[in-house]
Amino acid sequence: MTAEPAIRLRGATLAYGPHTVVGPERPVDLDVPAGQTTAIIGANGCGKSTLLKGLTRQLPLVSGSLEVLGRDVEGWNPRSYARTVALLPQSPVVPEGMTVEQLVDRGRHPHRGWFGARTAQDTAAIAQALELADLVGLAGRDVAELSGGQRQRAWLALVLAQQTPVVLLDEPTSYLDLSHQVELLDLVRDLPDPRSAGAGERPRATVVAVLHELNLAARSADHIIAMARGQVVAEGTPEEVLTPANLAGIYGLDADVVKDPLLGHPVVLPRTAANRAAAEKLGTGTAQLP
Amino acid sequence: MSAPSLETTAAAPAPEAAAGPSPAAVAAVRSLHSRARRRLLTATLCLAAALALAMGVRVLLGHYTVTIPDFFAILGGETIPGASFIVMQEKLPRAVAGALAGAAFGAAGALFRRTLRNPLASPDIIGVTQGAAVAAVTVLAFGGVRGTGMAAAALIGGLVAIAIVLGFSMAGRSSAGAGSGGLAGALGGATFIVAGIAVASLCQAILSGAMLALSQHDLQAAAVWTAGSLNAVTWERIILLALIMIVLVPFAGLLHARLAPADLGGELAHGVGSRPGRTGLWSLVVGALLAAAATAATGPLAFVALLSTPLARGLTGGRPSLPAAALCGAVIVVIADFAAAEAFGGVRLPTGVLTGAAGAPLMLWLLIRSGRKA
Repeated sequence: MTAEPAIRLRGATLAYGPHTVVGPERPVDLDVPAGQTTAIIGANGCGKSTLLKGLTRQLPLVSGSLEVLGRDVEGWNPRSYARTVALLPQSPVVPEGMTVEQLVDRGRHPHRGWFGARTAQDTAAIAQALELADLVGLAGRDVAELSGGQRQRAWLALVLAQQTPVVLLDEPTSYLDLSHQVELLDLVRDLPDPRSAGAGERPRATVVAVLHELNLAARSADHIIAMARGQVVAEGTPEEVLTPANLAGIYGLDADVVKDPLLGHPVVLPRTAANRAAAEKLGTGTAQLP
Repeated sequence: MSAPSLETTAAAPAPEAAAGPSPAAVAAVRSLHSRARRRLLTATLCLAAALALAMGVRVLLGHYTVTIPDFFAILGGETIPGASFIVMQEKLPRAVAGALAGAAFGAAGALFRRTLRNPLASPDIIGVTQGAAVAAVTVLAFGGVRGTGMAAAALIGGLVAIAIVLGFSMAGRSSAGAGSGGLAGALGGATFIVAGIAVASLCQAILSGAMLALSQHDLQAAAVWTAGSLNAVTWERIILLALIMIVLVPFAGLLHARLAPADLGGELAHGVGSRPGRTGLWSLVVGALLAAAATAATGPLAFVALLSTPLARGLTGGRPSLPAAALCGAVIVVIADFAAAEAFGGVRLPTGVLTGAAGAPLMLWLLIRSGRKA
């Protein structure tokens, strides 16, 4: 693992017209560690998705600079950028009359020339992406016929076929049930960095996911970035970020945080005033918690 | 192949994945890819054969039938009294003009469909063919301009129509203040369709007004500009259309291929490094020119551009293909023209009436389907 961050944001602000969404109080500085999974958390409208749009260059920085893998993105050719950074958007358009295999094939676009025919490398990348997403059996099916969970895996396979060292995911678990959420996050967490070929201990890809579900974020992420009102308010390991004090600051949420007995990550238990009052009556206050 | 989905959760980090894909997966991907390519090739060849057949029927059969040896003799320059005139001035030009105009409409429809990502976004729905018809009629009625001048006016009319539609839909986007504003955002928006339908209706109204200014003689040809008809085609118009198509169709094919990522929607297309904005603008310009050029030759044959793309996609197994859509358009127009001229006894309907009658139910079906999906 290198000390050099995969993504380095300095003095950044992002805006929709006159409305500054990211960095309204002061410009944002941010480092995303390389080869790790980073979760971006925060309340609705805190600027998580906008920040991700800035990282994909869908939204130009109003001020500041963005470096990816040590290179300034200013003037970086879009196709070459798409060979470095992939994005899974929040709710992609369901294409008409396209099979899973054809959908995943589109992930090879940045690797092709103008009229590029499919190369053996493309075929291998598509096959591997389908395999990782467990979609080989469904490769010939129409995307529109798939269930929500299968469809999400198909889009993920497209992103995997892109074979980028950096993968950005905008709420990838929105339409999935709990078991599929866990499965998908474990899959992206273990993604290998495509730049390192060969066997042995492979470095992992850099994954950045906007996540709503805090306990899943704590389970899957090495690093958490918490946002509130367009600013980064906390960052660090799940243990460092998911504390009752931070949760109160980020979400205005009263919560207890306990340790997962098996995996050791923090688990957030939300509380309301009524919960507290009832517990007080029974004499089981927060003091008893580990 | 990896284990059933639910068991792969926490434990195994799938070591075999690092070593590359399994041969079975590679074989599956290969066979799917070649199957899709074969399907596309078969569909395209079948459409080409259907076009050749339809043109043969159009030229040889009908109220006046021509034998195959006679037809080739006439093509070879021999003069057969009666037959020569009917083949060279009536049947053959209609078949060729129908095929060319149909192909131009079909190609334009495929380009618009892919750029605007909406099955209803066809140049004959959003005002391009109507704009071209208005411009052609206007220069005819008020300037007495015919031939090349009229075709040029039609091209300009088509471009102006699409520019107005684009202008309105972009203005609508920026005031909404959504993130995906600008050209790329406008191209995927429903505003585009609504603005286009408004422009089409406006053009229709102007067209009706301009017709009143036509002289009695020109009024005879009025059907060409309202419904679209092959009655007035001349070799001069055919050559003009063919020249425009030779330049524009390869360009259209290139743009159509370049826009492939746009099928994924704006965000994902951006993610794979495509910036459909500029390519999309070019494709609207080329599509509008193709539709306008066809309109200049045959009038706004209703729904041909709209019909061709879904029909072609049905035949190719869902795969968007500009050549298939162009061939579909050509087949539709040649068949419709033959039916319009021959199927109703003594009554010769304008070809556009038939394509319109066939297209209306299809448009309703597309509307219902897109409504269900949203």
